This record gives sequence, C-alpha cells and structure tokens, in this order.
Amino acid sequence: MTREGLLVRRFVPLLVLCALLVLPLGLEQYKLFVGSLVLVYVIAAIGLNLTLGYAGQISLAHAAFLAFGAYSVAILQPHGIPFELCLLIGAAISFVFGLLIGFPALRVKHHYLAMVTIGFTIIVFLCLRNFPAVTGGSFGIPGIERPDWGVVSFESDRAYYIYTLLWAVPALASAYWIKNSRWGRAFKSIRENEMRAEALGVSLRNYKLMAFAIGAAYAGVAGALFAPLLGYIDPPAFYIERSIQFLLIVVIGGLGRFEGPIIGSIVVVVLPEILRASQGLYLIIFALSIMLMMLFMPKGLIGLWDLFIERFAMPRDASRAHRAAE
Amino acid sequence: MADLIQLLVAGVSIGAIYSMIALGFVLLWQTSNTINFAQGEFVVLPAFVMVFFHLILEWPFLPAFIATIVVSSFLLGWVVRKVLIARLLEQGLLPLIIATIGLALFIRYSLQVFWTPLGLYFPPVFPRVTIQLGSVSLPMEELLNLATAGLIIFAVHLFITRTKIGWGMQAIAQNRPLAAVLGIDVSRLVTLIFILNAALAAVAAILIAPIYLVKYDIGISLGLKAFYAAIIGGFNQIRGAFLGGLLVGVVETLSAAYISNEFRDGYALVILILVLMLKPEGIWGKKEEWA
Repeated sequence: MTREGLLVRRFVPLLVLCALLVLPLGLEQYKLFVGSLVLVYVIAAIGLNLTLGYAGQISLAHAAFLAFGAYSVAILQPHGIPFELCLLIGAAISFVFGLLIGFPALRVKHHYLAMVTIGFTIIVFLCLRNFPAVTGGSFGIPGIERPDWGVVSFESDRAYYIYTLLWAVPALASAYWIKNSRWGRAFKSIRENEMRAEALGVSLRNYKLMAFAIGAAYAGVAGALFAPLLGYIDPPAFYIERSIQFLLIVVIGGLGRFEGPIIGSIVVVVLPEILRASQGLYLIIFALSIMLMMLFMPKGLIGLWDLFIERFAMPRDASRAHRAAE
Repeated sequence: MADLIQLLVAGVSIGAIYSMIALGFVLLWQTSNTINFAQGEFVVLPAFVMVFFHLILEWPFLPAFIATIVVSSFLLGWVVRKVLIARLLEQGLLPLIIATIGLALFIRYSLQVFWTPLGLYFPPVFPRVTIQLGSVSLPMEELLNLATAGLIIFAVHLFITRTKIGWGMQAIAQNRPLAAVLGIDVSRLVTLIFILNAALAAVAAILIAPIYLVKYDIGISLGLKAFYAAIIGGFNQIRGAFLGGLLVGVVETLSAAYISNEFRDGYALVILILVLMLKPEGIWGKKEEWA
C-alpha cells in the first residue's frame, strides 16, 4: 500500500474527530451540555470497545460500572473529598468489580456472558434502589456539584465541557496506546481464536480479566463525570437500557476500531437531540437502523469510511492486502 | 402451611408460562444458533394483537385467539426468519444478538408510539373462582394456566421426539451439515421452528395478559425470565427449559413472599449466576445431547 493511502486512511478520520471535539467550544450553553454528554459516552464506550471490540467479551454490565463512578462522586463529594479523588475511587471500584465479573467470562461465552453481565447490572440496580440510607433509593441523589478548584470553577456548561475534555483526551490517548501495545495484540488474539492465543503463550485468564477490569475502569471514570454533568442521578439511569445503549454505540461506530466509540457516541447522543420533535418516531427509526446496519453494514459506520478509501484512495491490490492485514 | 402451598402453586403456575417462553428460546438456539433477545417482545406483540381482535374488533375469544396465533406466527416466525435472521446467520453471533436487540426495541417503541404507552386491561381467560381444599384455597385461573402450559409443552415434547419432522429438528440440532447431507431440508425446518416459537410465545401471551396489564414494556422482564429459565435448566433440553421455568417461577414467588419483595427480580439471578459458575451447561443440561 502507498504511504499516502495509509496516511489518509488513518489520520483523516482522526483529524475530523479532533476537530469535532474542539469545535463545540464555540457553541451555546445547552449544546455544550450535549457535547459534554458525548464526551462522557465516548469515555465509557472506549472501555466497552476494549472489552468487546478488542477482546471479544460481550458485556452488558457497563451501566453498573457507570453507576459505581457516578455514585462514588454523589456519595463521597458532600463529605469534602475532592472530585478528582472521588473519580479515582469510582474508577477503582469499577476496576475491582470488572475483575470479579471477568471470572464468569473464563467459563462462559457469548449469550451466557451477556446474561451474567445483564444479571450483574440488575443486581447493582436493585441494590441502588433498595439501600436508601446510602444511595438515596429510588429518589436518587440531587444537587451533585461540579468540580471547583478555587481559582477556576467548572460550574458553567462551557467550563465543564473543557473539564470533561481534560479527561477524554487522556482516555483516548491511553486507549490508543493500549490498542497498539502487547496488551491490545493479546486481546485481539483472544478475540480471533482463544485456543491459538493460549497455545502461543497468551494467558487467557489474565488478559480476559484485565479486558473486563480496564473496560470497567473507563466506565467508572465516565460515570464520575456523568453525575455532576446532570447534577442528579437515580437508579433507572443505570439500568439495562443504558448498557444496551453502550453496546449499540460501540457496534454502530465500528467494533474493535479506535474511532468507533467516538462516531457511535456522536450518533447516539446527538441524533435524538436533533430529532427531539419526533421523539417517539426517532426511537423507531433508530431501532430500524440498527437492524438494517447489522444486515448490510455489520462493521459499523467506520466500515463506510473504509469502503470509501478502498474505492477512491487506494489501488485495488493494496486495499485487499490491507484488509487481509487487519 | 396453607400459605406455602398456595404460593407454590402460584409459583409453578407462572413458572409454567415462563417455561413456554423459554422453550421456544431453546428450540431456536438449538436448531439455528439464534439467540433471540426479542423473546419478551415476541410475547408482548401477540398480547396487543389479541387486544385488537378480542377487545377492539370484539371477536369472540376463540376466533380472536386463532387469529392472534396466525398473525404472530406469520410476523414473528416467518417474516423475522426470512427477512432478518436468514441473512444474519452467516455473520456470526454478535451481529445476530444486536439485531434481535434492535428488533426488540423496534417492537417496543412501535407499540408505545403507534398504540399506547399505557397498560391495557385484558379480561381473564379462565373463570376467577377459587377451589377450597381444606384450609388451602387455590385460584382456578392458576391451575388452568398450569394445565394449559403443561399440556402444550408436553405436546411439543411429543412432536420433537415422536414425529419425523421432530427427528429432523433433533438431527439439525446435533449436526447441521450432516443433517443437510442426509437430505433433511434444514432451511424449511428452521423456519418451522421459528413459527413454532412464535406460536408458543403467542399462547404464553394470552395466558399472561390477564395477570399483568398488557403494556409495551413488560417484554424486558419476561424475556429475561425466559432466558434465566433456559440457562438454569440447560440450553439443550426441553425438560431443562421446563424445569428451569418452574424453578424461576417458584423461587421468585416464594422469595418475594418470605424474604423481601424489593429484590424480587434478583433471586432468580443469584441462582443463575451460581449455575453458570458451577455447572454452565445447566442443572439438567448435558453437553452433547438434546431433547
């Protein structure tokens, strides 16, 4: 393949996405709120993309991990613990539970795993709802404050967008690093063929557990940022529908592709805002397009870009070789 | 003691309905490797169809019932199989799972937007009288639900184990390429299984509709319970789906009554997770066997 082809293929989407991340700064308040929501989703989806896209382990527990982050902030912050520390605690709790939920993954696959992780989400939901002394029960926790460093406050939507961006950028960078590290390669080898991976010396146990734990930690960070963005959290926000939403984000964007979570989050968060007037219809169109997409574009929206590149920017043979290499 | 017996009967009765839903689920998985995440919606849609025929068009029960089964077998069996599943099977399990999630959302939101977001009342199928046995009073409705579901599951069992078509389905479940080589029309039988699944779900819908309100979003929990039942019982046996369903129903009812109602949806899950950790093929499941 030509060097230029590679450059265009790799970096144009990245540049476009970076522009998309910075551009909203010029927008008004409410749009910035939506922008922050996209960033939060991106961070969580990066985690799921790691677990599902790279390591091939389906997880519908992501809403629960999001809850750990969000509730850590909501519960600890009023005790005077700085936001960043709450966030790290939330991420750590998610990491540990990610490890725990990874253990069933050592024994079961696919739909069984989907079920175990759904089960986990339900159990966490029930606990959040039924221990009102700690979690506020079904009423949730209101009045969650955005971080304030004394000198700078991130109270306004614009400032909070910058603040989420401060977390989203390292999240993206670390995901990019993991993808290209030996970890990323080990994850992919497990996804492609477990037996072969093990025969080549990849420790299935360690890497599968880590794929879950790291994926969960990203969701914990996202959850911590999610809580003050809304200012109010309650258990239904962390139910199965949320997990499914993350699953859809990752698949719509493109499973196992670095750009996937970003594209997916933009589609899943921004489209409903645009189509708000026809709220109900939007959901139906959304559901329809999921089915159509699985039928005709199982590789997600990033697959469209690949097709475009193959058609116009790359000579035939090179594109085929490249596809083989992926 | 009387309480316990009444609760047990209630649990077994609702569990038998879960079993019916789980049974179709297991049949689909066995013969076509389809995990149907829309199974709950496969129950909800027929319930609405039944409301349409029975309450809106005011047809008598039996014609409305038959019409419901025909309509939902066609839509959820034949159409889903031909339009959605047939093309997806080549692409592996994950696209299939996601597509059936999409289907579930599609059915759910369509009912919500085009019909109603409210729960609809559905008249009881069986008379609401109680039978008094000593100090135990048992609702007729529960007993007849149980009998109906049990009979239907038994009929499906006979169909699979005693008829030629059933043997063909077993053959497909055990070894699909070999079955095809031996001259079994795999595609036709799989379509038939889809229709059977839709019909089973439709019957379950009519039994369950009077218990719950008919509402667009009850499919989530119904589908999950069928899934629990299938996994707990073992994915490769009709008996497994049946016993799994009963177990889920009984555990749910008893624990809601005796431990705490708040965690009602959680108890079956605990069993599920234990089963998956200790014996992933299910309590009554065996690895390489079926029916």
